[in-house]
Amino acid sequence: MVHSSGNGPGGCAHRAVRGVTRRSLLRGAAAGAGAVAVPALLTACGGGPGGGVTLGSNASDAVPKRAYADAFAAYEKKSKKDVKVNTVNHENFQENINRYLQGTPDDVFTWFAGYRMQYFARKGLLADISDLWREFDGFSEAVKKQSTGEDGKQYFVPYYYYPWAVFHRKSVFRTRGYEIPKNLDQYRALARQMQKDGLTPFALGDKEGWPAMGTFDYLDMRANGYDFHIALMRGEKSWTSPQVRQVFDLWRGLLPYHQKGANGRTWQEAAQSLQQKKTGMAVLGLPHPGQQFTAESRADLDFFPFPEIDPAFGQEAVEAPVDGFLMAKKARNRAGAEDLLAFLATPRAELIYLKSDPNNVAVNSGAGTGSYGALQKKAVRLVSGARQISQFMDRDTRPDFASTVLIQAIQQFIGDPDDIDGLVNGIERQKKQIFAAD
Amino acid sequence: MTVSAVRARRPARPGGPPGRRGRSGVHAFLLAVSLAFLAPLLLAVYASLRPYEETARDGYFSLPSRLSLDYYRQAFTDSGMGRHFLNSLLITVPGVLITLFLASFTAFAVARLRLRGSLVLLMVFTAGNLLPQQVIVTPLYVLFNKVPLPYRMSDSLMLYDSLWAVLAVQVAFQLGFCVFVLANFMRTLPREILEAAIVDGAGVWTRYRHVTLPLCRPALAALGTLQFTWMYNDFLWGLVFLSTGDKLPVTSALNNLRGQFFTDYNLLAAGSVIVALPTVVVFLLLQRHFIAGLTLGANKG
Amino acid sequence: MTTVNRTTGTRPVNPPKAGPPRPARRRGPRRHTRRDIAVLCVLLGLPILLDLALVWGPTLASVALSFTTWDGVGDIEWAGFGNYADLFADYPQFWPAVRNNLLWLAALGLLATPFGLLLAVLIDRGVRFSRFYQSTLYMPVVLSLAVVGFIAQLVLSRDQGALNALLGRQDDPVDWLGDPDLNIWMVLLAACWRHTGYVMILYLAGLKSVDPELKEAAAIDGASERQAFFRVVLPALRPVNVIVGVITVIEALRAFDIVYAVNKGRNGLELLSVLVTDNIIGEASRIGFGSAIAVVLLLVSLGFIITYLVQELRGEQRR
Repeated sequence: MVHSSGNGPGGCAHRAVRGVTRRSLLRGAAAGAGAVAVPALLTACGGGPGGGVTLGSNASDAVPKRAYADAFAAYEKKSKKDVKVNTVNHENFQENINRYLQGTPDDVFTWFAGYRMQYFARKGLLADISDLWREFDGFSEAVKKQSTGEDGKQYFVPYYYYPWAVFHRKSVFRTRGYEIPKNLDQYRALARQMQKDGLTPFALGDKEGWPAMGTFDYLDMRANGYDFHIALMRGEKSWTSPQVRQVFDLWRGLLPYHQKGANGRTWQEAAQSLQQKKTGMAVLGLPHPGQQFTAESRADLDFFPFPEIDPAFGQEAVEAPVDGFLMAKKARNRAGAEDLLAFLATPRAELIYLKSDPNNVAVNSGAGTGSYGALQKKAVRLVSGARQISQFMDRDTRPDFASTVLIQAIQQFIGDPDDIDGLVNGIERQKKQIFAAD
Repeated sequence: MTVSAVRARRPARPGGPPGRRGRSGVHAFLLAVSLAFLAPLLLAVYASLRPYEETARDGYFSLPSRLSLDYYRQAFTDSGMGRHFLNSLLITVPGVLITLFLASFTAFAVARLRLRGSLVLLMVFTAGNLLPQQVIVTPLYVLFNKVPLPYRMSDSLMLYDSLWAVLAVQVAFQLGFCVFVLANFMRTLPREILEAAIVDGAGVWTRYRHVTLPLCRPALAALGTLQFTWMYNDFLWGLVFLSTGDKLPVTSALNNLRGQFFTDYNLLAAGSVIVALPTVVVFLLLQRHFIAGLTLGANKG
Repeated sequence: MTTVNRTTGTRPVNPPKAGPPRPARRRGPRRHTRRDIAVLCVLLGLPILLDLALVWGPTLASVALSFTTWDGVGDIEWAGFGNYADLFADYPQFWPAVRNNLLWLAALGLLATPFGLLLAVLIDRGVRFSRFYQSTLYMPVVLSLAVVGFIAQLVLSRDQGALNALLGRQDDPVDWLGDPDLNIWMVLLAACWRHTGYVMILYLAGLKSVDPELKEAAAIDGASERQAFFRVVLPALRPVNVIVGVITVIEALRAFDIVYAVNKGRNGLELLSVLVTDNIIGEASRIGFGSAIAVVLLLVSLGFIITYLVQELRGEQRR
């Protein structure tokens, strides 16, 4: 049974160790496995042999919530241990993460791979799970890299991912005889053709601020390569460099083929226009367009990898954000958390989840694709053929840089694509301030 | 002199004063404004009765092919609203009562007792109220994370992640506003009543509770309505001081209806309508007291 | 309590100059019994303590933090006025936010507040169905963030919104929320929509406390209804005017939820409180920088409050 947590483990701890002062209790808990006596007391009251584990989840809407519940239930059945799930809605969970991790975090919690995880590892808020990783099986080097902090230790247990690509409707391409574009020239030619056919080539909605980031990421990785892109995201390259200007130039060239008024449109409305055959293509992630398609048109949805720009880089990089789990440094039940994480890293645990939430793909290569739909299978092929995997702009850079500078900059660019100089200079100045912070 | 005697006189308009000829024009104007104010709300309710696929296809301003209350049931169950409603009430009801009580006394002291430094006090409260909430979040978080509480009050063993934290901040933050408003209302009260009470030898408490407070009923009712609305609708304090999902107030629970990416806006509309109901009920309950009731000008027996 | 009868009817705000207990102030503590003092200590002490500990303490701490580059986790490092320099020179959202806050103040103060007063006066004259009008006009005030955001989407969405459909502009839709030159006006409209009901309720409560005989007396004097209102009723409403004025300023400076619900306060909808939120509340955690924005907001607020203070002091002296 998966409990909704009412009484956290803190309460249990308090009852068990009435003699211990709160301060020493917290210090003990923070020291984790180092303090032998306290974990022993903690586990004594958990009920099961290894004690209960608490898990902070950001999946509050019905589908993923049920999918997680299934996976945790399987773990409880297998291990005879309790998992107490503390669900907080996605938006609040994200906004609260700093306070959460410094306050009373759960033992294990859901989060993202890449820089967005490394940032918190560097702040000393995450527990090192390198020992667990030595036992893990079925994760590619690229995935391991995304799970590793700047100190070379592993922190993250990857669970599922979803690639970004260019989505379209098969029937539209079939009836009009469109070819899948392999490079930028073909891409542009296709857009021109669509426009001639009375179709808006690209659907785009960026009211939320993040959807257009995917386009930037792909343009940058195709034109300048993965390494440049990641270095740029980490603040190591200049935004006023010719490479970045080139990216915005390329984008400006494509913008006339995009839906007008993108800053006032939600990505959902954009995806709906794709479904309604008002637009021809859209750069989105795997879980996005599907939900905007009616049941009967869903089989008609397809995607192709973002076309090549510089042949030196081909189509080798794929943007595929990975979601997974972390252990908080303040975890009270470290042993229990590790046991749960080890289970969640198995193909079986991933597949249980995906059974109820088929908009993603399992990270572990041991997970069979038998139960996958056509798009999922294609996504697996896309990612397994990738030389490098990027996460997403807001996961590959500092959260403060993404949310207070880049979102605004991209919206400004969409609204006024002609002032690239002013744009990149503004970004660079703010980047220096933010990355200088530590 | 009792309140009921005062209340008895509704400002019944004596026959024939000017303004009757403009009546129908006034009605037309008020009706038009009311409809304009109501239209967006009705549109939201309308959308909540229609499936997402339909409004996505036809737009929101279109004729329905099917209307149902399904979204309401789904919104209530999917977001686990029952428990969150309880949290909201646990914060809001004591919050409003404590705030009004403390603020009315402070306002009474400031406006009616002529204590030394009362103006400074009023300024301190008023100015504190000018700040946006976001400003004080971080220091408060650090503070709350350091204040221990016994287990029976908070299972986090701290003020952080407990409803107490939210309640305390709500009261403290709204005090300023209430003191300010009530102090100003109290200045309009005829001083003579108070002077008479002093002559009668009434103590501070009596002058507050039995002389001043009854006269403040309209202001208290109006403030109570506003405060209930604000505390109930507030999401920020809950968001930043609670980390256990089950403790969050109902406004945050609405976000449970949003996915990581996908939001069914019609479902969200249904949820929002449910969440708005208590504030509407409170308004309708208190409306009588601050609109039709007591009028100070009618003090003459 | 017959004293009441003699004096009301003229000006309920000010007691007669010649009234007996003027020198109360000088007699000070002697007029309070020990019980009075105990009551005062507890019931005044508690709110003061709460206000200082949970509002002013954190505010001053924020001021201190604005001179640091703290990220909410590690050590706190001194930054002098660095945050302020960055803010004024290199934060593209800052000046638009200041401008929008001022626009907000103008819209609420010049449109919504007078309109709310007008509605209150009309309803106060005792029209029929007044409770219906009160209720509908107040409805926008009770809405939470989620509803406001949804309604904005519902009415103003470029592709699916009701307004473009109503105007018959599906083929050449107006981008009400995405065009940075346009969306601020739409949002201001929504802000006025909410503020009007709010102001109306306060004035209604205030108008009830104006002696109807005042109005009647003015009418007998031969003043037209409008003159009677501006010469007699409005001055008698002075305390309410002060309240509404301060509330309008507060609402304008604290404005947050509408723009946040529409598009998180970006792309033309920047507001100072949103910038504070972006930097402090979210994942970003630029506490020092965000606090600097907050301090600017605080200073502007204090400017208004000091003006108010001066006026109040003058009013006090006149008594």
